[in-house]
Amino acid sequence: MEKPSFLRDRIMPVGTILLALLVIWYIAVIFLNAPFERDTAARAGTPISFSEIVPKTMFQQRPVLPAPHQVVAEIWDTTVNKPITSKRSLVYHAWITLSATLLGFGIGTLLGILLAVGIVHNRAMDRSLMPWVIASQTIPILAIAPMIIVVLNAVGIAGLLPKALISTYLSFFPIVVGMVKGLRSPEQIQLDLMHTYYASPSQTFWKLRWPASMPYLFTSLKVAIAIALVGAIVGELPTGAVSGLGARLLAGSYYGQTVQIWSALFMAAALAATLVIIVGFAHTAVLRRMGVKP
Amino acid sequence: MNSALIVGAIAFWLIAWAINEWLVRRKFKNRTAARAARLAVPLLFGITILVLWEGLVRGLNVPSVLLPPPSMIWTRLINSLPTLWADFQQTFLKAVITGYALGCGLGFLVAIAIDRSPFLQKGLLPLGNFVSALPVIGVAPIMVMWFGFDWQSKVAVVVIMTFFPMLVNTVSGLAATSSMERDLMRTYAASWFQTLLKLRLPAAWPFIFNALKINSTLALIGAIVAEFFGTPIVGMGFRISTEVGRMNVDMVWAEIAVAAVAGSAFYGLVALVERAVTFWHPSVRGGQA
Repeated sequence: MEKPSFLRDRIMPVGTILLALLVIWYIAVIFLNAPFERDTAARAGTPISFSEIVPKTMFQQRPVLPAPHQVVAEIWDTTVNKPITSKRSLVYHAWITLSATLLGFGIGTLLGILLAVGIVHNRAMDRSLMPWVIASQTIPILAIAPMIIVVLNAVGIAGLLPKALISTYLSFFPIVVGMVKGLRSPEQIQLDLMHTYYASPSQTFWKLRWPASMPYLFTSLKVAIAIALVGAIVGELPTGAVSGLGARLLAGSYYGQTVQIWSALFMAAALAATLVIIVGFAHTAVLRRMGVKP
Repeated sequence: MNSALIVGAIAFWLIAWAINEWLVRRKFKNRTAARAARLAVPLLFGITILVLWEGLVRGLNVPSVLLPPPSMIWTRLINSLPTLWADFQQTFLKAVITGYALGCGLGFLVAIAIDRSPFLQKGLLPLGNFVSALPVIGVAPIMVMWFGFDWQSKVAVVVIMTFFPMLVNTVSGLAATSSMERDLMRTYAASWFQTLLKLRLPAAWPFIFNALKINSTLALIGAIVAEFFGTPIVGMGFRISTEVGRMNVDMVWAEIAVAAVAGSAFYGLVALVERAVTFWHPSVRGGQA
C-alpha cells in the first residue's frame, strides 16, 4: 500500500471537480443568458453572431445566471468597499444572521443537553419524551417559522429572539439524540467500576458519563450549528425583515437582482463552513485536552 | 381567568405523569400487555400536552390570535378540508413526491456511476459532505426565477436538497463491505455487476435508508419554504404565509397539523420499508428501528 498523500488524495481530486464545476458554470452562463442578448439584438434589428454574444453574456446587469466573476466582484464590493455599518454591506447582514444563529445555537445546545440528561436518568421521561422528540422533527418547523415570528412580534418580543428560537428548535434535536447516545456509551463494566468506588450518581455523571459523551456531543454540535444557520436565514424570510442574509435573498428575488442573491448565497455558505470548522477545532482541542490520541 | 380549568389541566398532567411512572416501573408477564404499555406511555404524554395546552389557553384567556386551543384548530381543520386537500395535493403530492423520487434516484445513480472511479469519489465526497452543511434552501429564489411559480420550481429545490445526502450515504454504503467478503466474491468469479447486486447493495441498504429518512423531512421543508418565494395561489407554504398575514392563526395551525401528519406518515412509511428490506440488520432484529 502506498502512503496516503494530502496532495494526491485531497487537493487533486477536489480541485479537479471544482474546476469542472467552474467550467460547467461558465458554459451554462453562455447558454442561459444568450436568449436575452438575441432578443435585444433582434429588437435593435442588428444581426448578432455567436462570438459576439459570448462576451456580452458575461456582463449582463440582471443575468439569468450571473457569471462567477460577477459574483466575486459583488462580494468584494459589498464586503471590502463598504463600511461595515452600512446597510449595503454584506458583512453587516451576515452579522445580523450570525448573532441570531449563535444565540439560538446556544439555547438549543443547553436545552438539548438538559433533555438528554433527563432522558438518561429518568425512565418515564425516556419512554414518554423520546418518541415525541423524534416526531417533533418530522414537523416542518420551518413552515411554522413565519407564525412564530409574527406571534412573538405581537406579544412585543421582536428582533433577535424570535429568529433565535427557530434556530433553537432545529438545533436541539441532533444534540438530544447524540447526547443520549453519548451519555449511555459507558459500558456496564465501567459503570460497575464506579459502583465499586462507591461513587454517587453525580460523581458517576461528571467523571464517567460526561467525559465519555464528548465525542458524540461535538459530532452533534457540527450538525446543529449548520441547521441553526438555516433556521436563522429562513426566520428572516417571511416577515419582511430588512436586514440579514435571508432578507437579502428575499429582496434580491423581488427585484430580480440575481447577482445579489448569489452573493448572499455564497456568503451564507462561507459562514456555514467557518462555523463548522470552528466547532471542528474545538472538538480536536477538547479531545486532546482529555488525552485522546488524535 | 378561569382557575378551575387551569387546576383541572394541571391535575390531569400530574395524574398522567404518575400513571406513566407506574407503567414504566411495572414488569409485565404478558407480552401483549408489555407492548400495550410501551405504546401507552408516549400516547398518554401526547394527550397530556394537548389537555394542558387546551386548559391553559382557555383558563388564562390567551387571545386566540397568539395561540388557539387545540379544539378550535380541530374545528377549523374539519371545516376547511377542501382547501387543505388542495394545498396538500399541490405541495406534497406534486412537489415533494416528485422531487424526492428524482433527487434520491439521481443521487443513487450518480453514486453507482462514480463507484468505479476512486478519483471521482475522492473529489466528490468532501464536496458532498460540505454541501450537506450548507444552507441549500437559499437556492429557492433562484429556482423560482428559473422554473416559474408553479410546482416545478419546488421540485427543483427538493431535488437539490435531497441529492447530496443520498450521494454521500450511498457512496459510503457501497464501501461498507470488508475486503474479505469482496475476495470471496472474486473467488466465485463474480462480475462487478453481480458483486454489486448480491453483496454490496444489500450491505449498503442501511446507509441508503438513513439518507431516505433524512430526505423525507428535508423534502417537505424544502417545498414549503420554496413557496415563500412565489407560488400560484395554492400550496401549504402559500397558505401559511398568507393566513399569518390575515391573522387567521387557527388556519395556520390546521395547515401545520396536516404537514406534521404528512411528514410523520412519510417518515414512518420509509422506516417500515426499511424494516422489511434490512430485516437482517442488528438494529431491526433487536426490535428497535
